[in-house]
Amino acid sequence: MSPSRIDEALAEGPAFIPYLAAGDSGVSGSEATGGSEDVPSSGVESTKEYVRALVRGGADIVELGLPFSEPIAEGSTIQNAIVRSLSGGMTPDVYFDLVEDLDVGVPIVCMTYYNLIYRYGDEEGPEPFVRRAAEVGIDGFVVPDLPAEEADPLREACDTYRLDLIFIVAPTTRGERLRRIMSQVSGYVYVQARLGTTGARADVSDQTDTSLGRLEEWDVPKAVGFGISEREHAERIVAGGADGIIVGSALVDIVAEGETDEGTVAERLERKARELKEGALAGAESRPQPERP
Amino acid sequence: MSTSKFGRYGGQYVPEALMPAIEELEDAYQRFVLENDEGFVDEFRARLRDFGGRPTPLQHAEALSARYDREVYLKREDLLHGGAHKLNNALGQALLAKYMGKGRIIAETGAGQHGTATAMACAHLGLDCEIYMGERDINRQRPNVFRMRLNGAEVNPVTTGRGTLKEAISETMRDWATSVEDTHYVIGSVVGPHPFPRMVRDFQAVIGEEAREQIREKAGRLPDSVLACAGGGSNTMGAFDEFVADGVGLYAVEAGGSSLEVDEAAGVAPNSASLSTGSEGVLHGARTKLLQDADGQIMESHSVSSGLDYAGVGPELAHLVDEGRVTPVNVDDDGALEAFHRLSQLEGIIPALETAHAFAFLEEEYEDLGEVVIVNVSGRGDKDLESVIEETAERDIEGTPDMDVFRGGR
Repeated sequence: MSPSRIDEALAEGPAFIPYLAAGDSGVSGSEATGGSEDVPSSGVESTKEYVRALVRGGADIVELGLPFSEPIAEGSTIQNAIVRSLSGGMTPDVYFDLVEDLDVGVPIVCMTYYNLIYRYGDEEGPEPFVRRAAEVGIDGFVVPDLPAEEADPLREACDTYRLDLIFIVAPTTRGERLRRIMSQVSGYVYVQARLGTTGARADVSDQTDTSLGRLEEWDVPKAVGFGISEREHAERIVAGGADGIIVGSALVDIVAEGETDEGTVAERLERKARELKEGALAGAESRPQPERP
Repeated sequence: MSTSKFGRYGGQYVPEALMPAIEELEDAYQRFVLENDEGFVDEFRARLRDFGGRPTPLQHAEALSARYDREVYLKREDLLHGGAHKLNNALGQALLAKYMGKGRIIAETGAGQHGTATAMACAHLGLDCEIYMGERDINRQRPNVFRMRLNGAEVNPVTTGRGTLKEAISETMRDWATSVEDTHYVIGSVVGPHPFPRMVRDFQAVIGEEAREQIREKAGRLPDSVLACAGGGSNTMGAFDEFVADGVGLYAVEAGGSSLEVDEAAGVAPNSASLSTGSEGVLHGARTKLLQDADGQIMESHSVSSGLDYAGVGPELAHLVDEGRVTPVNVDDDGALEAFHRLSQLEGIIPALETAHAFAFLEEEYEDLGEVVIVNVSGRGDKDLESVIEETAERDIEGTPDMDVFRGGR
């Protein structure tokens, strides 16, 4: 089978993979839309602008969150973004239209919770959601509340429409569970850097190295997420063997903060993206080079 | 069929970080609860007896029997230590955590009864305990908050969403995702990922086991109907489990709230009747019946009773309803409040507002329930008095006490 767009993006060196909650313009729905209930335009337009800024800054793949009302894997930063987006009127159809309009030239991964996938369309199961996702140009999924045990129906639909299904490997994942995930995953494996929920942290957890070590033999690219917020984190994680870094909360914080003396949200997102991408590249350069024969 | 499912419902829809803990729990459930390894079940039963006060009585309700012209029996879970059926499960899970070598317990609570029971069980067994509770529920249920803290538990207010049970469950799952290696999450109802729905049902099944034996002794036969209120459904499954294989009528009484209509645009269901009005979806680890909008976003639920105020229900109960074995019914807030006062006056029992829903259904439908009826009195109503005073003042309910008028001192 020919490589997917995600495979191609990851083949070009260490990848910077930013996350944003679709429809989050940083302000609550009623403020964003002037109180209108059915016009989520402000959040949608902001998201397009922000994604383009991240791509200019060096994003190789974009994880775009489709907000679910009960995001049990998220910390407070992304929870708040989800509340803002939902109160602005975000729905799966608005999300799909947003992605269709994006056209940024990098793969888009839809990150959402299983109930939204399961409920979409008139037919039961994940197929209608995946079909529509493929139509609008989505390249893969991350579904935090769908472990490998429950993933067969979504895996089958993804195979039908040639979308990647990315699984999370946690610091607690070991032994038989690792093998089960390895047999299901495509695109990249999302290596959860630490236990807990999403959220920017000041340091890199030692759990990251242990987790990467456990996956050393896998030939699927490994992208590390949860807690990464600084250039130095990116550098260290890539130097430690990661093929990519995933950054969410540190970017969502910029969106939430809005315009500051340092520039507009888009300007600051672009700068942050560049900083993180440079960190990843520096990490790749500092890896021990294989000995020449 | 996977043992994690009840027909099409159930399963394990949780973040990967929790899956190893859930597998560990499955092993412990199999070993200690189902196979009684190391005498777990014997110790659990002994503690339920000596600490918990089991068996609870099956009381013949004389005034209600006369009122409805049939034999009404009350399974008095309100007399269990802590004042509700919740201790059966909390003690079982806390003891299991101890057998598993986990020293920290977390739990969510809505009305506070599960939090109270968990705090008591942890104090009894020497375990650390933290409870997550919605801010709105903290305000509605202050006596229970104080009881938890008296027992040494920390209570963490949850401010997201409407600050009720749904948000408290999500927040507890977030804590568990961080602390899973040394912490057990004592889920308070027959909800969540497998094995919780089965395990909680097994811990609560003592209600029906006793009731079955007691009704045979007192009435010389099985009941025609068993009534229990249903939020998540733990007292419901506990009361029903022993009767599922027989022809006994099983009625799960849900909170109809102020209306069965939903406001899709606002994302609000003014009820908590997931079995009666919900649709299939995935929430908090299981596929089940949910209150959700057309896109699959979970709705805010409502009930005058905090303990029933939840947008989902246990997957086994959803399955039994689909199979036609359990009948889902509902009564509204007004009916529940009227029943609260009626039972207090007629029988001298102040029921939990949750339980009052079952009595409201009895009042409405007694003619169709047969000659011998058991109502599961899931808990006592002391915790609800502040809510009841407030809610009663807004309604015209016959025979309620007027706190400004006294006829004593003659």
